[in-house]
Amino acid sequence: MRDIDVKEVTRAVAECCIDSCNNLPEGVLKKLEAARKEEISPLGCQVLDTIIENAKLANKKQVPLCQDTGLTVVYIDIGQEVHFTGGDLWDAIHAGVAKGYTEGYLRKSSVDDPIFLRKNTQDNTPAIIHCRIVPGEKVHIIVLPKGCGSENMSQLRMLKPADGLEGIINFVLEAMRTAGPNPCPPVTVGVGVGGNAEKATELAKYALARKIGEHNANPQYAKLEDDLLELVNKTGVGPSGLGGKTTALAVNVEYAPTHIGGMPCAVIFNCHAARRSETTI
Amino acid sequence: MSEIKYITTPLTEETVKNLHAGDFVRITGPIYTARDAAHKRMYEALGRGEALPFDVKGNVIYYVGPSPTKPGEVVGSAGPTTSGRMDKYTPTMIEQGMKGMIGKGFRNDAVVEACKKHHAVYFVAIGGAAAVISQSIRSEEMVAFEDLGPEAIRHYEVVDFPAIVGIDIEGNDVYKLEIAKYAELLNK
Repeated sequence: MRDIDVKEVTRAVAECCIDSCNNLPEGVLKKLEAARKEEISPLGCQVLDTIIENAKLANKKQVPLCQDTGLTVVYIDIGQEVHFTGGDLWDAIHAGVAKGYTEGYLRKSSVDDPIFLRKNTQDNTPAIIHCRIVPGEKVHIIVLPKGCGSENMSQLRMLKPADGLEGIINFVLEAMRTAGPNPCPPVTVGVGVGGNAEKATELAKYALARKIGEHNANPQYAKLEDDLLELVNKTGVGPSGLGGKTTALAVNVEYAPTHIGGMPCAVIFNCHAARRSETTI
Repeated sequence: MSEIKYITTPLTEETVKNLHAGDFVRITGPIYTARDAAHKRMYEALGRGEALPFDVKGNVIYYVGPSPTKPGEVVGSAGPTTSGRMDKYTPTMIEQGMKGMIGKGFRNDAVVEACKKHHAVYFVAIGGAAAVISQSIRSEEMVAFEDLGPEAIRHYEVVDFPAIVGIDIEGNDVYKLEIAKYAELLNK
């Protein structure tokens, strides 16, 4: 058994919020630079040059890469040997978001009630929390600030077994063409297949929490990721949707067992600022 | 790549006539910020027969909700938000005399038609390039709806604000043209 004060969680979440919003992951920057060398569209090249410059400038000045610093998605894996002390864990996570967004001059984009009041909560809480209990005595946290331009292009389709692999591929490509410039390409495409409606959606988002460059451990799904990336990059959408061959930097697929009668598939996009930050306590 | 066109705001008929979808532009002069909630309020005010909080004639509205301003900075990060969410309100704003919009993403047919009919232009800024774009914003002043926080209407003075002509007064749409061009090229 290991005691961890929840203040440690608050501090860690706050740091991850600021880090993810200001500093583009190194791997994403490298992918953008590699894509710039391959891009054939003049507008696309201009866009890639600008977003690379933007990432460097935001890092140097320690300001947000994008004004939309998102709703804050927090993945927390808790070792089952951990015992939290000093307060409520959920409160501590929300407090970390409030601290990070306030002290880091990040935009507060959360409204309390979606239909009627739509009043800003003023500190970007509540976080959207996904929690798993895992073996061990550590706590692992991933913070994924998720902007709404990309989130609004999300799609869920309850595909059927007879739709097969072709159905999945066609749905992903259709989602990409429909999204066009809106999710700020070059995107990362998160695909969740299987489970049920909410599981597929959760998997699609979790696929975006991966470090760029990582593939699904299952070789068939890893190959599907490569095949989908190639096809997405032939849609012509290009950087900022202004045409070109760099539409996505990665396609990440996650899957789960599903019902004999179903093959649900969700697609969620992340923008070119594929922001994420992680830490271990 | 086409030459950069340097233009000033408020926009004149002469200026918009010379802008074509895909042109690189640098915008200098006053612009106003407004996004979802501010548009809703302005739209409802017009419905009640009330005046808008600023004169939109010839002016440019920038769809943005900036991040908070850090001490020592003029403005926070301030890149474009998705314009399509304003489509519902845009034809009315254009009818009121608005001459330009800056945002990112697809517009609907009603917006394209309003641009053609009233000679308004949709400028595209690069989404997610907020730190770079902020450098062209030289001053910020609150205009209305301060209670909306990042969604309040602000007046910016910009110098060489970088953008691309998205929809011109003939209704040409840079996204549709360029995506179709590269979709064909990449699938030959």
